[in-house]
Amino acid sequence: MTNPTRDSLTRPDGWEGFAADWSSDQRAFKTASWGKVMMWIFLLSDTFVFSCFLLSYMTVRMSTTVPWPNPSEVFALELGGKPVPLILIAIMTFILISSSGTMAMAVNYGYRRDRDKTAALMLMTAAFGASFVGMQAFEWTKLIREGVRPWGNPWGAEQFGSSFFMITGFHGTHVTIGVIFLIIIARKVWRGDFDQEKPGFFTSRKGRYENVEIMGLYWHFVDLVWVFIFALFYLW
Amino acid sequence: MAQAATRAIGHVEEQQHPIKLYLVVWGWLFVLSTCSYLVDYFGLQGYLRWSLILLFMILKAGLIVAVFMHMAWERLTLIYAILLPPVLVLIFVGMMVFEANYTLFTRLSFFVT
Repeated sequence: MTNPTRDSLTRPDGWEGFAADWSSDQRAFKTASWGKVMMWIFLLSDTFVFSCFLLSYMTVRMSTTVPWPNPSEVFALELGGKPVPLILIAIMTFILISSSGTMAMAVNYGYRRDRDKTAALMLMTAAFGASFVGMQAFEWTKLIREGVRPWGNPWGAEQFGSSFFMITGFHGTHVTIGVIFLIIIARKVWRGDFDQEKPGFFTSRKGRYENVEIMGLYWHFVDLVWVFIFALFYLW
Repeated sequence: MAQAATRAIGHVEEQQHPIKLYLVVWGWLFVLSTCSYLVDYFGLQGYLRWSLILLFMILKAGLIVAVFMHMAWERLTLIYAILLPPVLVLIFVGMMVFEANYTLFTRLSFFVT
């Protein structure tokens, strides 16, 4: 017990550290808590889920003999009498990026123990997320009215509808769940649960401000997935 | 005393960076998103379009993961455990490109009149 910190103080970096961490016969992730690592591993599995969606979209788009509907025209909105391509999707992208910005700042203020700012920024993030879902609902309504169905659409390959509803629907579900969790964690911050280390209702673990960062990881992931959907589905 | 030191070191988990860093990254994400939107707005086509879209996509994803998700400050152990497996998806992409081309070939050969 005289020198229990020797290991952590002289922990090597780089490849040497990589080998030392994995072969330490202890926890491999030395500086990340179990909660953070579990969130990362969950996000990794979610990455595979979204990869499979985008891959099947790629496969059906590449293998169809019918022309693919042009997303630039399908998602255009009439503004001032002339169609502007993809404008709603662009606004949704900026909103989601802004929500990531406020989330990153919420994590920062959380570690500074600034309860008011943390909770306010998290609620702002939730509001951005909710407006994103609202715009998505608007977009779905517009497309369904124009006759887009999972089995067909007026412009070309049938697979367009099923890919669109599956990919954006699954992403929208993630945003919705994120908004709900943001509100729950923001309430905990506001009440001071993390200052009093009040145990969580589900895990019974002591509440810490790291919970805000773990929540943030999930939220940034939702933004990250949108980056790929925006590029591969809407712009391609 | 020793225990206190251990606890202090155990808490290097707390990520503390200046707010300015996040604002700069936020700004860059806006710029990159605008750029990728402009690719579509000006109707660029062909290899130029694809390479620009993919470039902006990778840059944006990199900024989000590295700074917003704090991956840049994690140990190599976590970085490789999380970032290497998705790279393997590229092999899956290769397989499905091959498969899709074959499906298209059979459809063109036998179904399209």
